Amino acid sequence: MINETTAVPAPASTPRGEPLLSVRNVSKYFPGSHSGLLGRRGTPIKAVDGVSFSVDQGQTLGLVGESGCGKSTTGRVISKLLEPTSGEIRFNGRDIAGLKPREMKSYRSEIQMIFQDPFSSLNPRHTIGTIVGAPFRIQGVKTEHGIKAEVQSMMERVGLNPEHYNRYPHEFSGGQRQRIGIARALSLRPKLIVCDEPVSALDVSVQAQVVNLLEDLQSEFGVAFVFIAHDLSVVRHIADRVAVMYLGKIMEIADRDTLYSEPLHPYTHALMSAVPVPDPRKERRRERILLTGDLPSPSNPPTGCVFHTRCQKFREELTDVQKNRCRTEVPVVTENAPGHEVYCHFPAPRAGLTDLLKTGAAT
Amino acid sequence: MSTTLPSPAVRPDGRKRAFLEVNDLRVHFPTADGVVKSVDGLSFELERGEILGIVGESGSGKSVTSLAILGLHKGSNAEVTGEIWLDGREIIAATEEEVRDLRGSEMGMIFQDPLSSLHPFYTVGAQISEAYLVHTKVSKKEARAEAIRMLEKVGIPNAPSRYNDYPHQFSGGMRQRAMIAMALICKPRLLIADEPTTALDVTVQAQILELIKQLHDELNSAVILITHDLGVVAETCDKVLVMYGGQCVETGPVDEIFYAPEMPYTWGLLRSMPRMDRDRQTRLTPIPGSPPSLINVPSGCVFNTRCPFTDRVDGDKCRTVHPNLEQGATPGHAVRCHIPAAQRQEIWLTEISPSL
Amino acid sequence: MVRFITFRLLGAIVVVWIVSVVTFLIFQVVPTLTDTSPVYYYIGKVPFPPDSIQFKALVHRFGFDLPLYAQYWHFLSGILLGQNITDGVSTPIVCPAPCFGYSFRQNELVGTMILNAAPVSISLLVGAAILWLVGGVAVGTLSALKPGSFVDRVGMTSSLAAVSLPIFFTGPLLLLIFEYTLGWLPDTSYAPITEDPAQWLRSMILPWVSLAFLFAALYARLTRSNMIETMGEDYIRTARAKGLGRRTVVVKHGLRAALTPIVTIFGIDVGTLIGSTIITETVFNLRGIGYLSIKSIQSLDLPVILGVTIIAAVALVVANLIVDILYAVIDPRVTV
Repeated sequence: MINETTAVPAPASTPRGEPLLSVRNVSKYFPGSHSGLLGRRGTPIKAVDGVSFSVDQGQTLGLVGESGCGKSTTGRVISKLLEPTSGEIRFNGRDIAGLKPREMKSYRSEIQMIFQDPFSSLNPRHTIGTIVGAPFRIQGVKTEHGIKAEVQSMMERVGLNPEHYNRYPHEFSGGQRQRIGIARALSLRPKLIVCDEPVSALDVSVQAQVVNLLEDLQSEFGVAFVFIAHDLSVVRHIADRVAVMYLGKIMEIADRDTLYSEPLHPYTHALMSAVPVPDPRKERRRERILLTGDLPSPSNPPTGCVFHTRCQKFREELTDVQKNRCRTEVPVVTENAPGHEVYCHFPAPRAGLTDLLKTGAAT
Repeated sequence: MSTTLPSPAVRPDGRKRAFLEVNDLRVHFPTADGVVKSVDGLSFELERGEILGIVGESGSGKSVTSLAILGLHKGSNAEVTGEIWLDGREIIAATEEEVRDLRGSEMGMIFQDPLSSLHPFYTVGAQISEAYLVHTKVSKKEARAEAIRMLEKVGIPNAPSRYNDYPHQFSGGMRQRAMIAMALICKPRLLIADEPTTALDVTVQAQILELIKQLHDELNSAVILITHDLGVVAETCDKVLVMYGGQCVETGPVDEIFYAPEMPYTWGLLRSMPRMDRDRQTRLTPIPGSPPSLINVPSGCVFNTRCPFTDRVDGDKCRTVHPNLEQGATPGHAVRCHIPAAQRQEIWLTEISPSL
Repeated sequence: MVRFITFRLLGAIVVVWIVSVVTFLIFQVVPTLTDTSPVYYYIGKVPFPPDSIQFKALVHRFGFDLPLYAQYWHFLSGILLGQNITDGVSTPIVCPAPCFGYSFRQNELVGTMILNAAPVSISLLVGAAILWLVGGVAVGTLSALKPGSFVDRVGMTSSLAAVSLPIFFTGPLLLLIFEYTLGWLPDTSYAPITEDPAQWLRSMILPWVSLAFLFAALYARLTRSNMIETMGEDYIRTARAKGLGRRTVVVKHGLRAALTPIVTIFGIDVGTLIGSTIITETVFNLRGIGYLSIKSIQSLDLPVILGVTIIAAVALVVANLIVDILYAVIDPRVTV
């Protein structure tokens, strides 16, 4: 166990120096709602539209964006709960995008998921022992001291009382239920866990407990996280790299510190300016970029840059010629600095936004 | 009214009553397992034009309090005692009919989940004009016109055509705007917003909070904003009331609560949240344990089971004696804690504040 | 909406077609089980010795020697286009479309028999349905408003009793009390509503009550649980927070939502109801469709059985179609 922990820092421990997970141009379209009697299909809903990113072993990628931006669908595609419409998902050196369910079986133990709602994602009729032990039984894994001993040590590790092995989910609080979900996901020692809004339903004080637990487990087991959340503060705390999504596409992706200190995409600016900080004086002199209008329909996304219809920069700063480019041309990736990718025709830092957030002192 | 009775607008001690005054409010629910003391001895005052933030975790009694102010516990099995004075009228002892006249007209309310809070079978417009028609003697046509005006005011584009849409045809942010239109159509002087942005994205949250502030300025109404997010409080409120286990544990002006808090629970809340405006911490500092049972409320201080500072108090006082809500460093700042005031202020300055 | 109705209508046609195939197959299978020629079931008698040339000619004339698909086409086209019916002895009988055949046992067109019996059954069904919907929903709503109260306890206890009482018990009991003991309803013979509305009402009141009793009890319990759930919804809280009166909150906001699942159940219950009318009509000696089907089953009068089955299936499908459309009207989220 100790050897595994120390082996983590080198991100290139997978075959041929590849990252653990590498997602290339992955899309997920859902059929439109008007699928008719004669097979006539409506316009597909482009939930995820050509996203690319990679996650190194033992690292955390944060996926942020508003609801409907496709971050949860991306998580489900990675963990193969959904089949991607197109694209390549390389995991541990192999493309798993086209694998059939039977072929996926060995990968199931290596990619696990934690869900948002600790109330509805646990079967109320199963005991904790059954829930946490299920992956062993499904995968047919033999354990040294029997499943029960293994499950109880896992329960202890995530901060649950092992004597509660035979209790049911309703006997636990929200935070404890999320611990059960974590224990289940970790029981087979996966290489990657997709966490879909794992702390959003929890109270602030309990949320911090669960975030700390996830970080401890990551350094102990060397597991990589794809951490999906709408809370930018939590993502800043837990992620090593952060991808910002909007309408099925990635807008900006960078190392955590780079993204939070020098965001370049107008959408990232809008998101960051909207996060309230617990400091009344800062709040009073803060500039807020208010997005106008609603999220456009993912079945009929705007042409060119998908964000241009709500972009403040587009509205207030650009010339007509520049605007025309936003309307007609889909932005390709610009690499501002190594590893800092922006999908915008006119990326630029925004003064006043980040220095307000960065200053440490309260007054 | 008999002259021997005191005027309702004046308190027994002769002081003029605040616009909203809650005195020793208790809301208890008898259940098979015992009495759930959701709110236990809550008092506060609010004047028109002020925004009060009530902060607390789930089960701290903040929503139950808001329902009590609207008199919505009437007809349920809840036992409500104490006094709630709204503009000189007492609500707890009033009949259902008397309170009903105040709901919607004098006090409006916005709820957390706008989708489940709107009736799925009626159009958004019909639900808004219904709120107008109950309290105003106008024709349906006039109510419709007023509802459309209100929808425009809360920023819904194409209001006349969106009037006929059903709630499921609105986006989350639009639904909350419609709820605000419904709550404010009769220009109530008290607006209660119960977690109005919790179900919404940050970008939409910013829009909605902006709208609430703007309408508050326009109507000069009193606003109670219930939330678990201290960031939202810092952005919006003038006064803060921190609730824990059905009690007020600390209250004061917003700057006092954020820059000189004195209650260990408030410290815990501030420390446990990851912050964008500070250097990233390697580790968060959660409050240990979980919220208390409201049936077997801890004896002594409600927070003693999770408080890391009980050793700063002599003897076993934290576990045996229930502390009173007493004035802190400044007038208007009240704290329920056994640690002596001077020592609390020192702990904040030397131990808590630097670690944020 | 047009789109929605079109799809449901197409679905309904498919269901009726499947029913026609199944009834046709039953018609084919029954004779082989009893090892009797289908001719016997068809015309109700064997006019010639089974191995005589005339009999074989008869088999040929009816098409019983044709392959199954051809026989089905004959069966279907007979219904849709009309046909001339003959037993090979008497003069052929003209049966215009929609033709459900001819009962040689009773010497009457099946269509005419059903048409004569239908008003009785329709009177029974519609009256009972109104009675149980209104009664059940009212009792259920009152119980739900104060769960655990006296009204609730009385309502739910009596409905539990009612659910446990079958029609063949309540029916004769009602007859015994009101017709024979108290003598309040001395003559309960049926009269069409067009001829003698008062007598029609007198003849129908006891069947309505005994049929509605059972269903009303079920609907009271269902309404109660739906209503309790609905009254706990957030939008009810919103309605109260607006300052609406109690009646508006309960009826306009609560009942409207609580009734939606009841509409669905009602569509399904129409099927059960057709079965229940057989018992009710037998108990009260009403000459309706139920009585007709019992009589024809007892005498193995196959054309009548077939006709009644198809008509009942069509009635059920139409009732469900109406319920589906009604559902879409009530709940705006259904039509996309």
